Amino acid sequence: MIPAPFDYVAPSTVDEAVRALADAGEDAKVLAGGQSLLPVLRMRLAAPTTVVDLGKIGELKGVRDEGDAVVIGAMTTHYDVQRDPLVHDHALLLARATDTVADPQVRHRGTFGGSLAHADPAGDLLAPALALDAEMVIQGTGGRRTVSAAEFFQDFFTTSLAPEDILVEARVPKHTGWTAHYEKFNRVAQAWSMVAVAATVRAEGGTIAEARIGLTNMASIPVRATAVEQALVGRSADAETIRAAAEHAAEGTSPTVDGNADVEYRQHLAKVLTGRAVEAAMAG
Amino acid sequence: MTAMAEPEVGRARVRKEDERLITGRTRWTDNIALPGMVHMALLRSPTAHARITAIDTSAAKEMSGVIAVYTGDDLDPGGEVGMPNAWPITPDQKTPRRPMLAQGTVNFAGEAVAAVIARSAAEAEDALAEIDVDYEDLPVVLGLDNAVADGAPLVHEDMGTNKSAEWIFDSAAAGSGGDVQQAMSSSDVVVTRRFRQQRLVPAFMEPRSVVVDPTAPQLTMWSATQVPHILKTMVAMTLGLPEHQVRVIAPDVGGGFGGKLAVTPEECAAVVVAQKLGKPVKWTESRSETMVSAHHGRDQMQDISISASRDGTITGLKVDLLADMGAYLGIVGGGVPVLGAFMFNAIYKIPAYRFSCTTVFTNTTLTDAYRGAGRPEATFAIERIMDELAAELGMDPMQLREKNWIKHDEFPYTTVSTLTYDSGNYEAATAKAMQLFDYDGLRREQAERRARGDRVQLGIGISTFTEMCGLAPSRVLGSLDYGAGGWEHAAIRMLPTGKVEVVTGASPHGQGHETAWSQIVADQLGVGFDDIEILHGDTQSSHKGLDTYGSRSLAVGGIAVVKAAEKVIAKARKVAAHLMEASEDDLEFADGKFTVRGTDTSTAIQDVALAVFAAHDLPEGVEPTLDSEAVYDPENFSFPHGTHLCAAEVDTDTGQVRLRSYVSVDDIGKVINPLIVEGQMHGGLAQGIAQALYEEAVYDEFGTLTSGTFADYLVPSAMDLPSFTTDRTETAATSNPLGVKGVGEAGTIASTPAVVNAVVDAVRHHGVDDIEMPLSPMRVWRAVHKGDTAAGGPGAEAGGGLGSIDSAHGGAQ
Repeated sequence: MIPAPFDYVAPSTVDEAVRALADAGEDAKVLAGGQSLLPVLRMRLAAPTTVVDLGKIGELKGVRDEGDAVVIGAMTTHYDVQRDPLVHDHALLLARATDTVADPQVRHRGTFGGSLAHADPAGDLLAPALALDAEMVIQGTGGRRTVSAAEFFQDFFTTSLAPEDILVEARVPKHTGWTAHYEKFNRVAQAWSMVAVAATVRAEGGTIAEARIGLTNMASIPVRATAVEQALVGRSADAETIRAAAEHAAEGTSPTVDGNADVEYRQHLAKVLTGRAVEAAMAG
Repeated sequence: MTAMAEPEVGRARVRKEDERLITGRTRWTDNIALPGMVHMALLRSPTAHARITAIDTSAAKEMSGVIAVYTGDDLDPGGEVGMPNAWPITPDQKTPRRPMLAQGTVNFAGEAVAAVIARSAAEAEDALAEIDVDYEDLPVVLGLDNAVADGAPLVHEDMGTNKSAEWIFDSAAAGSGGDVQQAMSSSDVVVTRRFRQQRLVPAFMEPRSVVVDPTAPQLTMWSATQVPHILKTMVAMTLGLPEHQVRVIAPDVGGGFGGKLAVTPEECAAVVVAQKLGKPVKWTESRSETMVSAHHGRDQMQDISISASRDGTITGLKVDLLADMGAYLGIVGGGVPVLGAFMFNAIYKIPAYRFSCTTVFTNTTLTDAYRGAGRPEATFAIERIMDELAAELGMDPMQLREKNWIKHDEFPYTTVSTLTYDSGNYEAATAKAMQLFDYDGLRREQAERRARGDRVQLGIGISTFTEMCGLAPSRVLGSLDYGAGGWEHAAIRMLPTGKVEVVTGASPHGQGHETAWSQIVADQLGVGFDDIEILHGDTQSSHKGLDTYGSRSLAVGGIAVVKAAEKVIAKARKVAAHLMEASEDDLEFADGKFTVRGTDTSTAIQDVALAVFAAHDLPEGVEPTLDSEAVYDPENFSFPHGTHLCAAEVDTDTGQVRLRSYVSVDDIGKVINPLIVEGQMHGGLAQGIAQALYEEAVYDEFGTLTSGTFADYLVPSAMDLPSFTTDRTETAATSNPLGVKGVGEAGTIASTPAVVNAVVDAVRHHGVDDIEMPLSPMRVWRAVHKGDTAAGGPGAEAGGGLGSIDSAHGGAQ
């Protein structure tokens, strides 16, 4: 469990980091907390020639208010996201999902942007980012660009980040006054999600005015349960409506098979958990 | 005037060893660094079964920092060295040679193939990738049924079979009971099940590590082992070294659970390499290596039949086991299932019993002792089938148990498997457990939930268990062809300043021996708890011992300590009488003082120790020492027992199981330290529950361990477990002077069937009568909604389920 040798650089600005990545070529890896990368290095599943540590770049940390969006720096730790009042007030779903990430040690070291860039389909922050229509701000050698979450996640562990790109921050449109719930299903407390459902709703009286549902680990990328959303909007939030809407949860999903779940069981779970997530979100 | 000191035995003392163990500021083997020390890394086979056609080490030898690269033939050119199996269960047992590094073939994925020695651990690991091995694939043998099928490919071709041995016990032949076939054919009801004991990984906290220093005529080996004494003798025998020139030290050891009851290829390879190079060598494994190369536990297929009359009286029990040994036999090997043979009859009066076990080779990591070793497997099967029999008979499962268990006034009781249980009170433990659990209230709630078709169903699981501990009377081990005895050694050194050193042969690896032994000696000698140091694990100071496993330390090693203390007092009495000019017969010894009866003339044992050290004025013929040694060989096993009750909630929509409450009432005899007992119970329960719900070592069709990390091999945390209600009854063991029985394995043995019984009970009305372990949500959901309860592993036929009345035996109603 000793990584293969590599060069280590710890730039202090994003510009330096992008340059370091460009200089290092395709065999460089970004270290953004290390909760996924370090095990991979130790098991020698990856042997990069250079590791670029973003941990010393102050501009990548923290959450700020930008009018219609909450902007979360990529190197903000899960622990800081969990406790941030802006996130709580305007992107509650992210806070709820972050609460379920691994264990306290991981949440103190792991980062928001690191999780998104790693793009593990069982990671808990992808579906909320998708459901909230987050935009990813990326800096590469050609400057900055912004891509939607839907464009950002491309496949298992694959995003639209080029080798020399750095995820700088995520702009999350404000969902002020929306209630939210992240329904996570796993076998032991600190394990990855077998399936999870991210649900956030805006209610007007007893009616669901808007709903956003994202599914974790139901495909190679996070999935938006649009059919469920459509079946909810404009309806009163009674148990039967929610149950019927949740029946659509597996539509368009293509989950993987592992020792914990086959396709049939995962799709069944997606429906059950979607119903529970929406109910809990409605309950606030 | 002075009140009697509060006895140390029975006090809930915080463990004196914990600070250094928890902070890691101690001598873990991997913390040891010696001048000139080099590091060993092992290349392990990625394939489960292959012929090695070539190994090219030339590139690895050129790597930075590399000192040497060895293959199996380099270390053992004659192909003569094989790791020991100390328990050939039958005279014709087939025992393949297990080399230090693979020679000719690899027989499981993870077997070591070559060793790199380098200046640093990192350089050694870097060079592994440069070794080029050519493998020619051989057919992979996986799964018990496959391995024993006609025409199955062979793990060891030269043996001509995958069967290692067949061991049989028949009560009719032994004269301890009737003929089981006859009993079953004349019984009202026969219930038959096939239970699968999945394979588990012992998952000790400290990975294995060894340091060998050959730079003196007496070679020193540090190892993270449970068994330094056994290791010393076995390394000498295995490698042909003179035993007096081997010193083994188990410094502080971070857990074992049986997983470090081993003499490993890695340890022996480190010795040979150190001798070749004349330099100290260290090998410390990674967690990934532990998972594939340290021995696993369990892995049995259990075919079990129980017969009874309509009123619930058990008439017979028949067990046929297939036990997966993996690719080789470990030090206990086939002895693990054989230990279980004595425990299937459990606490019940069973008139006829037959047990057979076939030990089988497959291309997997070897299996050997794991917490409970044979007894959890047996307890699981009997306690599960008792519930199935109760369901078949329409009886309350506790009433069925009560009808058949040994009553408290029937002890000592000789069982159908020939053990004599000295003591026990199953009624008392059960009554206490039922009351703490609110059995009747939970049964009411269960009925209500069923009646209203609640999404969450409630089940109650029972496990009334016993186990054989205190391994073991040497003559019994001899009768079972085990390679050693079961005694234990202790020594006491009275120091001139009145302090006490206690040497124990039971080498701890987290159990708290230092605290418990100090409490025992404090009471025996009347010295302060803090004035006692326990020495262990170094064959130079602790020259004799049989180490720690099978809940033996207290019931055997603790008694040796008592016997040694008695000898110290006997010696001191002579000297004290001389010092006080009194007759020995007139002296009373209490609270560390010899007092002349009826006077206030007294002398403390510390003063006697100083007088003996000075030796200026000793009685004629008395040697100037109070030090003593004792070796204790138990006359019988000890038999802890208990009643465990589990309430499980099953979410029928998802199959998720949540344990709502868990009550254990254990009878482990006299208790030295209730806090240590509590710790053992909690850890044991967690491990047993983990088998029921979470843990499984899974191989794919190629023989690759797919659960090779803790992301896939699910060890539960406190978050996943309920708050345990633990209590005790106390029925003293009559076979030893402390009345103790042992607690190291009780929780693990008892809890697995309690949990599975609870889950099956929760969904029995859905037609479910078994679910294969671990009870993952998907398995539970499938059982409820698809009637799929397969026992037998992936792709196997459904097992325990249908036709619980076996009409073939003429008992169908």
